[in-house]
Amino acid sequence: MSFFDYFRSTKEDNSAQTAKERLRIIVAHERNQRSGPDYLPAMKQDILDVIKKYVEIDSDQVNVSLDNKDEELSILELNITFPDKN
Amino acid sequence: MAKVIVVTSGKGGVGKTTSSAAIGTGLALRGHKTVIIDFDIGLRNLDLIMGCERRVVYDFVNVIKGESNLKQSLIKDKRVDTLFVLPASQTRDKDALSKEGVAKVLEDLAEEGFEFIICDSPAGIETGAIMALYFADEAIVTTNPEVSSVRDSDRILGMLASKSKRAEQGLEPVKEHLLLTRYNPERVKRGDMLSVEDVQDILAIPILGVIPESPAVLKASNSGEPVIYDSESDAGQAYADAVSRLIGEEMPLRFLEEEKKGLFSRLFGG
Repeated sequence: MSFFDYFRSTKEDNSAQTAKERLRIIVAHERNQRSGPDYLPAMKQDILDVIKKYVEIDSDQVNVSLDNKDEELSILELNITFPDKN
Repeated sequence: MAKVIVVTSGKGGVGKTTSSAAIGTGLALRGHKTVIIDFDIGLRNLDLIMGCERRVVYDFVNVIKGESNLKQSLIKDKRVDTLFVLPASQTRDKDALSKEGVAKVLEDLAEEGFEFIICDSPAGIETGAIMALYFADEAIVTTNPEVSSVRDSDRILGMLASKSKRAEQGLEPVKEHLLLTRYNPERVKRGDMLSVEDVQDILAIPILGVIPESPAVLKASNSGEPVIYDSESDAGQAYADAVSRLIGEEMPLRFLEEEKKGLFSRLFGG
């Protein structure tokens, strides 16, 4: 760091922290996908299509995840945010 | 028993070949009979980094196809007599590698008395990279403190846990090591580079070494001499430490703090 750098503001933009946060989220997301079966994305799409037949909804309002609790138990979790009625 | 170690990363240009050359050489310098295999079929470069590019006659694919025998294809290092290089083919494509073929070469190398077999993986997650990691007992996941490299390393960790022979056969998992390269302590301190702790937090594997960003690395590749020979340099010393840890010695991490600078460079930077 040179003498002149002391005049620049360095404290406020800590881009490494931003990088870490972004990585934490994307890596967790990808690990979750990795652990799921190969058919999960296709099944997710089918579920979404069925819902769309009845409700107007965006893809990001449906969250499908598969949780492997242990060897014998996996839970398929379906989380749908319905749009406001107005 | 030969130990198969893959040097991998997913992302290209993070220092796999530099690290393979330095670590392989370091192991050989400690008296272990070591071979470094270039798995980057079609884009061979380990020969250049090792400084043996003019001595390549037969290559890895020749051995697999039975066009040459193993002894003819191994290049004996001129500096250490316990070190050998098995170069990649420059003319074939990566489909020339088959699991059976690679398995046979690794078996033969073990029979020749090699203690360490270092597999220098190509970038990516395709055939070449999978072949390089498939037979691994240990993996050195080379990572730069940068978002895309860390993400790709995590992807490779997933591959090791699902696509390796150890995973497929339900054996003890591949032992994973994190090698953080091109580390710049000054930038970490300023908050514009991920720190060792940050990367370790995300990837959650034990650290083998931190190699500081160093002009010595380019100098080494220019002259075809693995950077570990440059024992004056920070990178050379950091690789030597990593080799010690790889064979089980306890070593504190070095080069995590920025160098103390004289008044002149403090004032004018550089």
